[in-house]
Amino acid sequence: MPLFQARVLVSLRPSVLDPAGEATRAAAARLGVDGVTRLRIGKSIEVELEAPNRAEAQARLELLGDRLLANPVIEDWRLELPDQA
Amino acid sequence: MTVGIVVFPGSNCDRDVRWALEGCLGVPTRFLWHEERDLGGIDAVVLPGGFSYGDYLRCGAIARFAPVLVAVQAFAAAGGPVLGICNGFQVLTELGLLPGALTRNRHLHFLCQPAELRVEPGNCRWLQGFGSGEAINLPIAHGEGRYQVDPKLLQSLRDSGQVVLRYAANPNGSVGDVAGLCNGRGNVLGLMPHPERACDPLLGGLDGRRLLAAALG
Repeated sequence: MPLFQARVLVSLRPSVLDPAGEATRAAAARLGVDGVTRLRIGKSIEVELEAPNRAEAQARLELLGDRLLANPVIEDWRLELPDQA
Repeated sequence: MTVGIVVFPGSNCDRDVRWALEGCLGVPTRFLWHEERDLGGIDAVVLPGGFSYGDYLRCGAIARFAPVLVAVQAFAAAGGPVLGICNGFQVLTELGLLPGALTRNRHLHFLCQPAELRVEPGNCRWLQGFGSGEAINLPIAHGEGRYQVDPKLLQSLRDSGQVVLRYAANPNGSVGDVAGLCNGRGNVLGLMPHPERACDPLLGGLDGRRLLAAALG
C-alpha cells in the first residue's frame, strides 16, 4: 500500500482576530525588527497516510481537514500533497 | 429527575457541578464517562468545564468524537435539556449543536473573575427563572471564550432570541458581547460563565443556583 506524506496548513480566517499573532508582532518590534505589518499564527500538521492511490489519499485528507483538523467557522486550511508514493 | 454529568479525560468542573446539584439543589446526578453510550434514566445532561482531552487541536475538537456525545446528540434532538458550561459550551459548538466557535480571549489572558450578564429575551428553558433584561452575576474562568460567528448569522441569532446571555462589560472580545447561546428549540444552552460556582451565598452568589433550578428543580 503506497504511503503518502502530506501537510495540512491551518490558518485563522482573515476576519478572525489573532491575539497571539498580534502579541508576537509586538515582540518583533521590541526585538528591533521593524516593518512587520502582519503576523498570523497557524498550524502545520504533518500526516502520513496509507492509501491505495493518490485520489483516495486526497479524499481522506480532505475529510480530515474539513471535519477534524480545521474548524471552518474560524479557520481556513490548505492541503499539500506532493506527487509521490 | 437525574442529571447526567459528562466526564471527559481532562474535565475538572464535573465534581463542582455534582456539588451544586446534589448539595445545593438536592438533585441526584450520575457521572457519564465519555465512553458511555446509554443515557437511560437521565433527564438532563450537563457538559462541565475543564480541558477535555487537554484541549488538543482546538477546545472541544477531540471531545466532539466521544461516544457519549452520540447519545447526547440524540437526547438533545428529542428535546432533552442540555447545558454546556465553559469547555462544555466549546464542545457544543464543535459538535454543531450550537453555531459559532470560541477562540482565544482578545488580550490573551486567562480571565478568572465575576462577570455581570444581561438575560436577553428568548425561550431558553434554562433561563426561565430570570426576567428578560435582568442583570445577573456569574463567575467566568477561561482563556478561550471569545465567541465568533459571522455578522449575518449573529444578527439572525439575535433576531431569533438565541443570544440569551450577554456581558455587560465585554471581558474577552466576544462578538455581540455573547456570553451564552441557546438553540432555537430552547433546550440546549451553552455559556462561558460558571453557574455551578454561584450556588451558595458564600461562593459567588445564588444566580447560578437560580439558573440550574429553573430547568432542573
